[in-house]
Amino acid sequence: MNETITEPPRGSDKNNRATHDLQNAPTEPTSRMDTHEAAQADVPRSIIEMKNLSSWYGSFQALNSISLNVRKNKITAFIGPSGCGKSTLLRWVNRMNDTIPTARATGSLHLGDLDLLGSGTDVVDLRRRVGIVFQKPNPFPKSIFDNVAFGPRLHMKLRRSELVDLVEWSLRKAAVWDEVKDRLNAPALGLSGGQQQRLCIARTIAVGPQVLLMDEPCSALDPGSTLAIEELMNELRDQYTIVIVTHNMQQASRCSDETAFFFEGSLIEMNDTKSIFTNPNSQKTEDYISGRFG
Amino acid sequence: MSEFNPKGDEQVKGQTPENSPVADPSPTNKMQLAAGKSTEQFRPTHLITSRVRLAKDICFQRMCILTASVSVLILVFLLGSILASGIPSLSWTLLTGFPEPEPENAGMWPALLGTLWVCSMCALITLPLGIGTAILIEEFTPRNRLAQKLASLIQLNISNLAGVPSVVYGILGLTAFVSMFSLFDDTGDSGAPSLEIGAVYYDQFSNLASDPFLASGDESARERYFLVPVDLRDDPTTVPTTGMVAYENQEAGLVPVEIIAIDPFAEDPSTSPDQLSRTIDETSTPGRISEKQWYYLRLPFGRGVIAGALTLMLVILPVIIISTQEALRAVPTTLRAGALGLGATPWQVVWNVTLPSAVPGIMTGSILAMSRAIGETAPILIIAGIVYIRSAPQHLMDDYTVMPLQIYNWTSRPQEEFHHIAAGGIVILLAILLTFNAVAVLIRHRMQNKLH
Amino acid sequence: MNSAVNRDRTLPQLEQQVQTLLARERRNLSWVRFRERGIFLCLVGCGLFSLLVTGSIIFVLASETAKFFQFSEVTLSNFFLSTQWTPLLGNTKSFGIWSLISGTFMVTAIAMLVALPLGLITAVYLSEYAPRRVRSTLKPILEILAGIPTVVYGFFALMTITPLLQWCYSGFNVYNAMSAGIAVGILCFPTVCSLAEDALRAVPTSLRDGAFGLGGTRFDATVKVIIPAALSGIISAFLLAITRAIGETMIVALAAGSRAQITVNPAEEAQTMTGYMVQIAGGDVSNFGIEYYSMYAVAFTLFAITLTLTMVGNYIRTKYRETYD
Repeated sequence: MNETITEPPRGSDKNNRATHDLQNAPTEPTSRMDTHEAAQADVPRSIIEMKNLSSWYGSFQALNSISLNVRKNKITAFIGPSGCGKSTLLRWVNRMNDTIPTARATGSLHLGDLDLLGSGTDVVDLRRRVGIVFQKPNPFPKSIFDNVAFGPRLHMKLRRSELVDLVEWSLRKAAVWDEVKDRLNAPALGLSGGQQQRLCIARTIAVGPQVLLMDEPCSALDPGSTLAIEELMNELRDQYTIVIVTHNMQQASRCSDETAFFFEGSLIEMNDTKSIFTNPNSQKTEDYISGRFG
Repeated sequence: MSEFNPKGDEQVKGQTPENSPVADPSPTNKMQLAAGKSTEQFRPTHLITSRVRLAKDICFQRMCILTASVSVLILVFLLGSILASGIPSLSWTLLTGFPEPEPENAGMWPALLGTLWVCSMCALITLPLGIGTAILIEEFTPRNRLAQKLASLIQLNISNLAGVPSVVYGILGLTAFVSMFSLFDDTGDSGAPSLEIGAVYYDQFSNLASDPFLASGDESARERYFLVPVDLRDDPTTVPTTGMVAYENQEAGLVPVEIIAIDPFAEDPSTSPDQLSRTIDETSTPGRISEKQWYYLRLPFGRGVIAGALTLMLVILPVIIISTQEALRAVPTTLRAGALGLGATPWQVVWNVTLPSAVPGIMTGSILAMSRAIGETAPILIIAGIVYIRSAPQHLMDDYTVMPLQIYNWTSRPQEEFHHIAAGGIVILLAILLTFNAVAVLIRHRMQNKLH
Repeated sequence: MNSAVNRDRTLPQLEQQVQTLLARERRNLSWVRFRERGIFLCLVGCGLFSLLVTGSIIFVLASETAKFFQFSEVTLSNFFLSTQWTPLLGNTKSFGIWSLISGTFMVTAIAMLVALPLGLITAVYLSEYAPRRVRSTLKPILEILAGIPTVVYGFFALMTITPLLQWCYSGFNVYNAMSAGIAVGILCFPTVCSLAEDALRAVPTSLRDGAFGLGGTRFDATVKVIIPAALSGIISAFLLAITRAIGETMIVALAAGSRAQITVNPAEEAQTMTGYMVQIAGGDVSNFGIEYYSMYAVAFTLFAITLTLTMVGNYIRTKYRETYD
């Protein structure tokens, strides 16, 4: 327990990557120590709002009346033991659950003004606005360039030079440009796991999403690649709202602003990351973050 | 459990209460056997049981090896006996000749071309249909309950269709494609199509010049044939009249000729060679012939290439659907999820991600299905019957025969010479099929290499 | 890649360009949606086609069979109770389907006597005993066997098996059920073998390890653990093989003869249902005569039998499948 909180909530070596440090995020750790109400007053408003969201796979209830808000340009971490519904919740935000025939949900889920559960919601447009990165890096069996250009080609009519710009920008944003700039036509599957995952992030931001969902993005990676991804998330927080599902409590405490703890389909507690990890309200949260179960 | 290595396994067994001395029965483990014997004196009861078990095990293994070798021997025997009688009768004539009634001149060229026509048409029709069905089932998640029911019904239906004997598809093809449920048989004559496109009919007359009774012996009075166009297949035969214009088929095309019609018994014919060469017996009955364009189409289809292709389509459609489904299932779901997450529509996912990855698998399955179509005999026999075919098909409605049918034809004849050329035909057929299978295996091999 | 140009630019410039790009109008989604809809409908059409095939098989067979029973010479009792099948015999036409069914079942029984034990044991050998090298050579050989056209097996039966049988015992007819049955058995053998092997290999290694761990020999593990665990797959493989044997046409058309009779003597001729259909379709009986329609009645019987077997096989496979995760 003590070990988790002695770590600073953010990667401290962030400033080492000078090339990407253009718009350093305004971070005042003290402000996040404030009370919840105060924080709500001066930080940007919520972008994702859920009310009484329940979800089923067939007759199995995966989520039980979840109400929470995700704030704009913040990193929100969903933690909890496996099977607690955190990935299900994440997958509702861009309706990836549509691929499961038996999945259904009740309650309300809004992205800004857009009702995400409505039958008339344009899922294709939604997924462009809410990108997702999966647990296992899943680059397409194409070249690096084509992987990043895949989304833009679907959504926009671009000239070749514009596409090249967009690919370069995305790869730079995802901090993988320097490693791949000389082999953009090489197959993406030849990259290392960490590079592949950053490529997948580049692929996602190339379509210009507002929200990035990350479903345990580091669980299949080695510690070095994990660090690179965490640094990258810090870089991206200024432009994107990031929701990350993680098993790794250190990761949640290192890089998130807010943390939600789920247990058996219910939201137990959601608060500033620091408050959750130093002073959890619920006994269950405390048991989980201190490693008594999960 | 799965972490056990064989040695560790043995040690554990050695310590079991029963102290079964024979743990690993594999004959490679002779040491173990010896060890078992050495402990025999101490625990006789257990050893007897284990010796029986061991003997059983060894017997079983030997039986297995024996059976497997028997199966290999059968294959060797089968191929050997066919090659032995087939290879001596292989000849250029067999490949490029026509199915003449004399065995030494007979060949299977029309059958080869017939197979090519029928199977390529069949592939053109079946591949889109089969791959489309597989994509529908595998890639499009049904949204409501009705769609789910329909999807599972289609799936069940395909596995049932795969078990229908091909001869039943032949019967279906006979009714649905050859005679088209007799819907178009308004003439009552089952052979005549009621709807035709691309056919021109002629009545063919020959002149009297070849008649030795009338011919003057003049060489310019050569034998000629004249064609009189008729509008429809069933029009009454033309009665030739003097002054009528008929066409003669020459190198330059159809050349119009004014003909003279006479009654050869009533009147003394003209002796002018030129006149004689275009003089026709007005009582003669012309032959009704037809000229069919390459796009000739008729309903019902009759026993033509298209009926054969459609019937074979019925046979291999379930095969192609099932193999395509397997190829699509082999594409990792994470790839689909990645593309969907970027805002691709289901079809964009299929077209850009799933299909490119599944193409080698689909090709392998399709080639194997096509080799099944090439070898399929029963449905073709049902719909086409055994007909004597002298030439390759010229259009989709033309009569045809296929290689296995030609082989069946030769095999079912009593003369032994035909059995030899049937064996030769089998060798040719097997060579083609082996090439197909080799290509399929090659593609699969390449695909596996690419994945690793 | 023309990244040589881009590499000189600073990131803010690129950022600005890309932001304007991303802010640009998206591709018109209504066209995409329209296309999506169209393609989806095409695919649904493909899917419905397979249903149409089944529907038309049933429709064609049922309606033509109904026409068959409208002939005055044919009665239902004659069809189902008579033991004589003599449709081509002028005045004494009789349509007792049992003669054809008995021929079919005799050939099938002989085929299964060959294919099932051989197939199952070879499958056990391949999945439990065979070293990798043997497996990787035997599997392609089986695939070759499975890819040989049935007319070739028919030729083999008539030209090789029958003379061999006659050499063993002179009572064998030139056309006999035994020869056809053996050839059909060889034809079905790869099917049984590869499906049964799939079922055996689907049994997880942990079960084998469990059997060995309790001191079982490999034989014990195979017979008492693995085969029972794979039983549903093995039975459905057997049923599939039986279905194939019943529907097999070219072998019986060439080797089994054309006299329909109820007999248990495999040395005699035995016409099967498929053999009769080929005889009628390949022969010169008049279209739309009673013999022609009798072909549909036989086809209907054949279809009903094979469909039942296929459905039972599918049911067993899905219902009793043990799933191991």
